[in-house]
Order: sequence, then C-alpha cells, then structure tokens
Amino acid sequence: MSKSKDSMKVTRRSVLAGTAATTGALMFGGVAPLHFIRNAHAQEFPGDPGNNSSIVLGFNVPQTGPYSDEGADELRAYELAVKHLNGEGDGGMLNTMQPSELQGNGILGKKVEYVTGDTQTKSDAARSSARRMIERDNVAMVTGGSSSGVAIAVQSLCQEMGVIFMAGLTHSNDTTGKDKRRYGFRHFFNAYMSGQALAPILEDEYGNDRKAYHLTADYTWGWTQEESIRDATENIGWETVETVKTPVGAGDFSQYLTPVQDSDADVLILNHYGNDMVNSLTQAVQFGMKERVANGKDFAIVVPLYSRLMAQGAGEAAKGILGTSNWHWSLQDEGSQAFVKSFGQEYGFPPSQAAHTCYVQTLLYANACEMAGTFAPWEVIRSLEGFEFDGMGNGPTLYRAEDHQCFKDVLVVRGKANPESEFDILEVVQQVPRSQVEYPADKWGGELGPYKPGE
Amino acid sequence: MINANLASPRQDLIYMLVFSAVILTMPLWLQPFGAAYPGLLQKFMIFGILAIGYNLLFGLTGYLSFGHAAFLGIGSYAAVWSFKLLSMNVIPAIIFGTVMSGLFAVVVGYVCLRRAGIYFAILTLAFAQMAYNLAYSVLTPITNGETGLQLSQQDPRILDRMFGIEATSSLPFPNLFGITSAGFYGFYICAAVMIIVFFIALRIFRSSFGLKLRAIKSNQTRMSYTGYNTRPFLMTTFVISGMYAGLAGSLMAVTDPLAGAERMQWTASGEVVLMTILGGAGTLIGPLLGAGIIKYFENIFSAFNENMLMDAFSFLPDWMAEGVAAFLGLFVGDGWHLTLGLVFMLIVIFLPGGMMEGLQRIWKLIRHGRHKRDHQSKSQQASAEEA
Repeated sequence: MSKSKDSMKVTRRSVLAGTAATTGALMFGGVAPLHFIRNAHAQEFPGDPGNNSSIVLGFNVPQTGPYSDEGADELRAYELAVKHLNGEGDGGMLNTMQPSELQGNGILGKKVEYVTGDTQTKSDAARSSARRMIERDNVAMVTGGSSSGVAIAVQSLCQEMGVIFMAGLTHSNDTTGKDKRRYGFRHFFNAYMSGQALAPILEDEYGNDRKAYHLTADYTWGWTQEESIRDATENIGWETVETVKTPVGAGDFSQYLTPVQDSDADVLILNHYGNDMVNSLTQAVQFGMKERVANGKDFAIVVPLYSRLMAQGAGEAAKGILGTSNWHWSLQDEGSQAFVKSFGQEYGFPPSQAAHTCYVQTLLYANACEMAGTFAPWEVIRSLEGFEFDGMGNGPTLYRAEDHQCFKDVLVVRGKANPESEFDILEVVQQVPRSQVEYPADKWGGELGPYKPGE
Repeated sequence: MINANLASPRQDLIYMLVFSAVILTMPLWLQPFGAAYPGLLQKFMIFGILAIGYNLLFGLTGYLSFGHAAFLGIGSYAAVWSFKLLSMNVIPAIIFGTVMSGLFAVVVGYVCLRRAGIYFAILTLAFAQMAYNLAYSVLTPITNGETGLQLSQQDPRILDRMFGIEATSSLPFPNLFGITSAGFYGFYICAAVMIIVFFIALRIFRSSFGLKLRAIKSNQTRMSYTGYNTRPFLMTTFVISGMYAGLAGSLMAVTDPLAGAERMQWTASGEVVLMTILGGAGTLIGPLLGAGIIKYFENIFSAFNENMLMDAFSFLPDWMAEGVAAFLGLFVGDGWHLTLGLVFMLIVIFLPGGMMEGLQRIWKLIRHGRHKRDHQSKSQQASAEEA
C-alpha cells in the first residue's frame, strides 16, 4: 500500500521537470502560432499590403499628457490628409504640391486606411503603441509624435522593425543629428535653425549687450535648443548668466522663476513647449517680468519655439514675445492657403504648425511611394532622399539625403499686440531664407544605418 | 479555486500544467480579442511577473510598497548595460538585472521595513522617487536621462567580441544563443520565465514560510509574542519581490533594448498596486489577471477611434450610430483612463477581493446550480463531497 502511494507521489522535482519539458517542447516546436498572424502570408517587408485593396498608416500622437493639444491637432491633420489622398474633399495641397504624382486615388491605387495610438508623451508607451501598429495592424508607415524624446525612441524602433517613420513635431537637433536613422524622416525644422534665424532679429530688437537666463525642459529637445540658442546669442555678444533644467510637465514654475529675478539677467529664454510653455510664460508674466527693468533695460522674454496653440493658451501673456515657428496659417503662398482653406472647412479653425508638418509628411510619404512604384521601404527611402519640392508652404524645400532633414525657410514670429480674432495671435516678423539656416550634415555625427534592417 | 494549503502536489502538478498550457497558447486564444501580437503578449508576461512578485509582498504580508517601479527600472538599466558591456545574450542580462534589483532591495528594505503601514508605503515611495530623479537627471551619464539608455554601434560587448561575434552595420538585437528575442520568440522567452517564476511563487504560497507571511499580515504583534522575529521574514520577502520586479525590468530590456527613467515614476509604482488589487491581492492568479486587464486597456482601448466605432455601429441608422459612437468615444481613445477608472471603482466597490472573487462567485453559482439538479438522486454523496 505504502509502496504504491510512493510511486504516485509527485515531488517538486517532477513538477519542475514536467513543466520545463512542456515549456521547452512548446517553445521550440510551438512557434506555430506565427501562422495566425494576420497578413503573415509571404510578406516581403513589414506593412506589405500584398493583394489587399487598402494600405494602412499608423498615426501615433500624444492624446494625453503635456503635449495633448498638439496631438489632437496632428490627428485632425492626418485625417484630412487621408481624405485628400483618397480623393475626398477639395484635395488641399494635392493641388499645389510640385512635383507630385498623387492623383487622389489612394496610394498606388490602394485606398488609405489608418490606425491611431496614444504616445502619452512617454517613450515606452509610444514604442508599445508603434509596435501594436506594426505587429498587429500591419502598417506601412508610422508617423506622429510631439516630443523629440518620443520621436527618437520610436524612430529607432522603426529602424529595427524596418518600417518608415515620418516624424511629426520634433525640434531637437538629435532627431536628424546624432540619433538619425535610415528609416526616420523629419520635415519640421530644428533648434539650430531656430537659433540661426532668431539671433539677428534679437540683435536688432534688444542690442548686443544682454544677459540671458535659460529655463530648459529637461530632455533631448530642451538640451539641444538651449545649446543652439546659447551659441547663437553668444555670437551676437550676449552673455549667458545661468541655465536651469526643469522637469517636463512641471505645472508650477514659480520655484524656477524666483531665482531669475534675483539674478542680474535681463532676458529670460524659455526653452519650453506645449502646456509647459503656457504655464511658464503665464507665470513669468504674473511675476511682472514684462514690466521689469534690469540693468537699465526693459526685461525681455523669448520663446525660441513658438506655436499658435501655445500662444492661444498663454493669451495676454504672449503679446510681444518673439520666437520661431515652422509655419503659420497666415502665410500667403498657394500651398498654405489651400491647406488652411480645407482644414478650416473641415474643423472650423485654422491649423497649427504641428498639423501642417504632419499633413505634409503624410503627403510626402504617399508621393514617395508613387515615385518608387512600390511600398518596399528601402525603395521609398531612396525616393525621399534628396527629394526637392515646392508648394507646401515654406517655399522650395529639400529633403537632404545625408541626414533626412528638410531644409526650408524659417519663420520668426511675435505675439500680436492687437489680435483681430482668437486665432490671429501671431504675426510673422520675418521669413528667414533657407540659406541662412543651413549647416553641414555631419555637424552632430551619428549614422543613418543600412537600407534593409539586419544588413 | 484551490485552497492554499490543502492542495496536494498532484493537484499542483495539474495546476502548473494547465497554467503553462494557457500561457503558451496565448497567441491563439487572444486572437479574437485583437491582443495576439508579440508586443502586447510580451507586456502581459512582463507585467504579470512584476505583479506576481508584488503580490508576494503585498498579498501575503500586507506591506503596501509604493516603490516597486524603482526595481523595475534598475532591472532595465542593468540589463541594457549588460548588453552594452558584456554580451547581447539575454541570460547575463537577466541575471545581472535581477541581482542588481535584489541588492537595491536589500538597501531599501533595510531602511523601510523598520516601519509598517502607511509609513512603510511613504518610505518606499520616497525611495522610488529618489531613484527616479537620480535616473532622470543626476545620473545622466549612466542612464542617459529622459532620452533613455540605448544601444550603440560603439558598445564594447566584451564577451561577444571574445567569442568572435561580428558586429553588423545595423544595431544588434538581444538573443538567446542566436535565437532573437524579438517578436514571438521574445514572447516565448518571457513565457518560459513566467512559468518558472510562477512555480516559485506557488511553492512560496504553499510553504510554511508563506504561512508565516500570512500570519504577519493577520497579526504581526501576536506573531512576535509567539517568539518569531518577523523582520527576517519580511526582509526576505521584500528582496524576493524586488528581484521579481528586477527580472520583469530586465525582460523589458530583453524584448526592447531601451531603458527610460519614466519606467520608475510613481505612476508606474501605482500601476502595479492597481493590477494586484484589480485582480485580487493574495491570490496566485489574480495579479496576473489584473496586469493583463490594465495592459489590455492601455494598449487596445487607447487605439480605438471614432471611425472604428462608426464602423462597428454601421448597422444602426446613421443618426443613432453617430450618437452611440460619440458617447462611446468618451471611453476609448484618449478616454481610456476613464474606462479603467470606472472598472476599477466597480471592482473595488462590488468585488473587494478583486476579479478572483468574482470568478469564485460565478464558480459557486455554477456548482450550486448543479447541486440543486443532482439533489434528488445524490444528495448524500454531494454533501459528502462538500465536506
């Protein structure tokens, strides 16, 4: 009796061994579930639509967090771009883009569909959202983002997975500098360009003898913008008194603003964006910094990266503040007008610069596919590299092959003193020509990597 | 539900086999839910491991730690550094990540376990916030700040060089002796680890050590009066729990070789508490369920948009479909936090024992129904079974 009981007894060892064996067997024999992935049939590259009648794009934008306003506007622009590509609506920039092979019948005759995701302005969340798009929804291209940290993280993921990433709003030098990738493309301008465009205007406005105090968002974009603006302003003779890093999404900036008043600075440079900029600027104005006189000069506030959405959020505080912008809806060229018109008809208000860059990126990708005659990413990359185009705002533009950065005119803008409407808050001070903001492609090092992943 | 201490080893074997089968077939049965893609499956496993480990501490001893994300982050950073310095093989990375978190847990535990209850929670929260801020700015040379620690072409990778593994022009990816840890392979690596650590958790639950931990939870003072020094037990559990979190963190790096400071933020610590409570603290499977649900909401609900809703309700007349889509639109997409909040409230109010309590109630209902049917013929046997 006891003998049979012993033989029945299950020991810890046998449990472990059994489990391990099952695991092993299933792990190496059981990769079968790969058959069950949608569209897994003979794909030559990720996102290959095969014989499907539609192509899927992935719009990965911040829907929650400090940059959610920009994200919402980006999403509107993407939806509009999809409509125009599919031949619905008035066609927007499809009519003004040159050269263009887009006909309003989708991309390569396939109807454009899309999936969306929330980046939460966090690298982890953005990457898992992008992976869902690539692994589950079989997207041919991922685009979006309103933070350089996120853009860089998603860009390197896209390189690993072999899917093209058309960056949305990302302004850090690193995106197409030291962290550039073969599969990443940026239409938006960068911090270096802001500095080069802004410095001469600052010199005219405030003179050569100024002391600047920087408050900087503590991540890749803030760092590179601070560096670029500091270099540019020091070139015109300004002195940098202090640079202070502030956490993203801080909300209350008073603890960082008090030391500004105790220093001998006479210019405050806010390297903030989104809600952070709205908060820091509003609070700086509440501290009376606009009326302040320091070193016998009027105290000045500068926001190097400016957008209409932010100026709208800051309201009164934004009046008279100088900064740069990638694009503004009041531009009079044909492309901008067409875009503003169809965006306005759709949503009832003008688009932001974030919306503009996202819309343009989608069209550029679609056009590159048409030019390449395929969705195969390495071919699409080749047709985007060195592509020159016009009619999309900002004048003639080049997608530089060496670092996948667009070169075009940069706008210096100022908060309007007497706005005519709630959207008419910024005035374009100067459209700085492209030649003034160019730089060599190897300025920050970095490598693009191979055309095909794993090569 | 298997009673914690009365389950025989044979029952445990069956339990483990069923569990392993369920885990390993996830890519099949999650297909209809739209969750069977490697990225999310890996997350299920990783956060499952984190929640199981957390439950060892919170579920058994009742010590509410609000700083587990710090261990997760340390595990990730350690694993990425192992990839950079030693080898792209996942084994050293996992070991390195787990051990580093364990060491950190010893330090944190030594300080925090001097207090119980809310004070313990606050102390762990403070430690985690410290770790987060260090990783975010002070230790930027080690952690690369907000951008996150990434692999690069120039990494030394000493062991790989020694064994003559040539670098390609694209960035290398972690692998298990040549099998890449991307995609479904990554999921199976995580699943194998999950099954092993689940078995360890099961053994802890069944052991006399586990019983002592439960005794600490029910009445620590009485426990001390009976002559037990509770501190070593708590310390051991805390370190084990921290190592589970470190393991989860290193697996995050294995499936996606990047470590960012935001992983250590207090919201991430709060998330694992939510997972455990949502699923059922103190149960074996509960935390896993909770982790699955939260990750599902985060990844699937946030991806719905109005267009998809309109498609789903296209069978309704237009005006109605628009209304329904607009209303439901509040709860999906950027509103996924709202849905999660509602679900969490409902569960805490109506099922304080988490989803496991719900499942048990359903199970009882079914059994009860069956009893009624069988009552006429087999009333005696049924009551004997019940006993």
